[in-house]
Amino acid sequence: MEFWIGQTFNGISFGALLFLLASGLSLIFGVMRIVNLAHGSYFLLGGYVALTVIQVTGSWLLAIPVSALTIALLGLVMERVFLRPLGFDALRQVLLTVGFALLFQQGALNIWGGNNMDIKIPPALDWSVRVGALFFPMYRIFMIAVAGGVGLLLWLGIEKTRVGAMVRATVDDAEMARGVGIDTSRISMAIFALGAALAALGGVIGGGFIGVYPGLDFEILPLAFAVVIIGGMGSLRGALVGSLIVGLMDNFGKALFPAFAYFTLYAPMVLILAVKPTGFFGRE
Amino acid sequence: MLSKPGKNPLLVVAVLVALGVLVPFMGPFVILLVTQALIFGILAMSVDLLLGYTGLATMGQAAFLGIGAYTTAILATRFGFGLGCDYGWAILLGMLAGALVAAVFGLFAVRATGVYFLIITLALGMCVWGLAIRWNAVTGGDNGINLLSRPVCGVALSKDINFFYLALGLMSATMGALWVLVRSPFGRSLLGIRESETRMKMLGYNTWLHKYIAYILSGACGGMAGVLWAHLHGIVAPETVILTTSVDALLMVVLGGPGTLVGGPIGTAVVVFLREFLSTKVTWWQYVLGGVYVMTILFLPDGLMGIPARLRQRRSKGGNGAGGAGRAEKPAALASRV
Amino acid sequence: MNTKSGRIWTLVAASGVLTLGLIMAPLRVSAVEELRIGFIAPMTGGFAQVGKDMSDGFKMYLDEVGNDFAGAKVVFILEDDQAKPPLGVQKAEKLIRQDKVNLFIGGLLASSGYALAPVSTREKVIYISSVPTADDLTQRDSDKYPYFIRTGWNSSQPGHPFGEWACQNGFKRIATVAADYAFGHEVTGGFQKSFEGCGGKVVQKIWPPLGTIDYGPFLPQIKRDVDAVYTVLVGPMTLQFPKQYKAAGITMPLIGGGTSADEFALPFMGDEAIGYVTALQYSAALNTPKNIAFVKKYRQLFGKVPSYYSESNYSTAQWIHEVMKKTGGKWPGTEEFIKIFSSIELDSVRGPLKLDDQRNPIQNIYIRRVVREKKFGFPDAELWNEVIKTYPAVGQYWHYPKAEFLKQPVYSRDFPPCKFCE
Repeated sequence: MEFWIGQTFNGISFGALLFLLASGLSLIFGVMRIVNLAHGSYFLLGGYVALTVIQVTGSWLLAIPVSALTIALLGLVMERVFLRPLGFDALRQVLLTVGFALLFQQGALNIWGGNNMDIKIPPALDWSVRVGALFFPMYRIFMIAVAGGVGLLLWLGIEKTRVGAMVRATVDDAEMARGVGIDTSRISMAIFALGAALAALGGVIGGGFIGVYPGLDFEILPLAFAVVIIGGMGSLRGALVGSLIVGLMDNFGKALFPAFAYFTLYAPMVLILAVKPTGFFGRE
Repeated sequence: MLSKPGKNPLLVVAVLVALGVLVPFMGPFVILLVTQALIFGILAMSVDLLLGYTGLATMGQAAFLGIGAYTTAILATRFGFGLGCDYGWAILLGMLAGALVAAVFGLFAVRATGVYFLIITLALGMCVWGLAIRWNAVTGGDNGINLLSRPVCGVALSKDINFFYLALGLMSATMGALWVLVRSPFGRSLLGIRESETRMKMLGYNTWLHKYIAYILSGACGGMAGVLWAHLHGIVAPETVILTTSVDALLMVVLGGPGTLVGGPIGTAVVVFLREFLSTKVTWWQYVLGGVYVMTILFLPDGLMGIPARLRQRRSKGGNGAGGAGRAEKPAALASRV
Repeated sequence: MNTKSGRIWTLVAASGVLTLGLIMAPLRVSAVEELRIGFIAPMTGGFAQVGKDMSDGFKMYLDEVGNDFAGAKVVFILEDDQAKPPLGVQKAEKLIRQDKVNLFIGGLLASSGYALAPVSTREKVIYISSVPTADDLTQRDSDKYPYFIRTGWNSSQPGHPFGEWACQNGFKRIATVAADYAFGHEVTGGFQKSFEGCGGKVVQKIWPPLGTIDYGPFLPQIKRDVDAVYTVLVGPMTLQFPKQYKAAGITMPLIGGGTSADEFALPFMGDEAIGYVTALQYSAALNTPKNIAFVKKYRQLFGKVPSYYSESNYSTAQWIHEVMKKTGGKWPGTEEFIKIFSSIELDSVRGPLKLDDQRNPIQNIYIRRVVREKKFGFPDAELWNEVIKTYPAVGQYWHYPKAEFLKQPVYSRDFPPCKFCE
């Protein structure tokens, strides 16, 4: 019984991290129809920037917003200067993000070096709640809380605000949205920046949990993909459901069938693709 | 418009012959590099068949390279097969393996279009990688499989120059076969699908079947590239099937020029040589490569092969911005494929 | 393309590529007696820092002797294999054919070692492995690779004496958590064989996949009634495990293979690493004058405490130098070089080194414990691998008779079998 509780908790906490990463990816796709293959890079760069902030100011708390804003800015520049000129040619935009992912990878290596680094968790979070024989690390609870909070804010923003309505309209049918006077290019820019910020947030929070090291960008990307494929592109609900599914399946898969580690991740992805290519909540 | 493939076949043949004549005189390492470019060029052409001609951008082509390579390696090390004149059979088996896997993958992938196709092929590619790295008993896991010697069939392929000629021959044959294919009614239909699938459907074409067959053919080509790849360096490892290999193949085609058939090998040659030359001299070669990709995508939508056409446009339009910047125009091969 | 400009363009492109090829034609050998050494290491990608440490260690020795090995001028050619075995093979072929190296060194992963060794046999050029540890390269497969020399260590080497140490220090029941790939299997295997041989029991073996960063699935499975947990972790795995282990409330002491707490990772670990006992052929905290000087100089030059990656390559350079001293600075030819190399007993930074008859090192194995202390005059109290016991002259077979040892299969996931697993 404890086994199941413990693993479920772990799976949900990992899913929380994935949600931060994948929600941005999903939103970007929903609004712009771009698959941002530099998303993993944003995650990693978020962690690296946080490390620098902590090194300079000693404050972990400060690192979070600074990192998110910095990467949001990076995303903004990338979108405005490089992606916008390609018009609505999604394939070239996708390929461009790949090119940038390579550049970011090399850049990160040159700026921060190649060591495997770690973001030190503030002592306030560095303890565990004990329930019987089970330990629930506070940091994991924190991850779940952040993801939940972010998810709630996003949902409120999208469902309840006017801007959110504009975003929804753009996701549904961009041309129609333009037709009724919505500035879809502004929305795209904002969403891209938001997506980047979310990824960076994931990187900062994840940095204390999985570390910050070269290669993480391309390691975490397939997981984000698994989430959006299963949950559906362009859907916040899909990102939530997908993250939970991937987090739990990855966890239980590794615990029960460690020899088939990668299968427990990719097989369901392929199955979903076979049955419903747009994922649980996806839209075409 | 770059939808007309290989407008000047004689020129291409001339280049291939020139390679065959000149390469033996270049250093022993250059021979190896050219061979590598040729083999990877076959893979690039298989990507081009999908991207440039059918309008499907694939990010999982390395899977077929891997299937062909692992098949060869397993046959050679487990069954002692394919190390003599039966290497010819090994090549066919590799192609068959590639085609079979493509047939299975195609069932998942071909029903999707655009970005979904991209993602699905990416996922399938990752499945193959996962298999390669975990199925220790068969694939040797992260150690991979070592092939200790190249086949001997009258001619010893262990001599690099002989292997080069084999690669050159197979690449030329593949290019020739694909050239015939894209000029055939089937090939024309593919182009039609690339332009507008809905129109083709309305005209009564079974577009799904066309795409499926194209996918299987690309899998066979990828498999062939894999069979050669295995013996190039004598090692097959999971790195052969990682995501970046598929991305490389795609980017090489984009660099060279999609929809031209020759574009793939040209892009491959440029990248292989650039990478080799640079990585020896400087540690920041990845910036150059990334930069080249970004520049190409931004400013050369039709790749290197598209440069002459753009120069012509520039000249004919008297040098005004419209032709050169490429912002308004949608390059034929890549337009709205997603 | 039927136009003149199109044709011209294609010709330009084609000739450009061919010209590039000709430019890369092989270099001419110079008149001065040279020793051309090729070095293959990852300089980009996820292992770039390790590759840098490897080449820094080698180059540090070269700089100390002014690139002069007893009269021969050392030409050092560094190639980046991105830790990918096929790329490593390609680079090796370039070094051999294009740069005409006398020998090549390097590779990082065991898989790279397996890929490069056949190249040495095929091309009849010496390959010195300063890091790749795959056991069989100098054991069951050593006949296949007559030009292969190992100057680092082999995976199961430290585990053999460590198993005995564990018995002698009161450990009776141990659970292992090791990365699920050949290296993890071999490092665990060596320990298990010797630990169970002196009365210990390995009661649980957990294999997280290589690259695992979230140990959530595995930590709850670890039996709480074992005396210690033996880990074999590499790369980022090393950093995350102790943290998550402690956070999950697990209190049993951690012991493990050398990479679980080596100097590469220690600067980035926290107090959760204190008390970690591991076994390796090197520790930066080794209290010998030679090592202290090495550590101080390395830190001065590169800003970090050297790990075994640097030391191993430094000692390899030193070893080659000793050979050249014996030949008066002349390249003695491949076979003769191997003979001389094998005859030398090196007084290296890590202690006495010599090769066994399968060209694997016989060396000291140090049992180390992580402490937080000020050492060697450095200002801060840092994490160091304090040496608590030395096992001298450990070969790859430990006390086991070679013939018998070779009859058993290579250490793998299933060997030694988990007889006492519960």
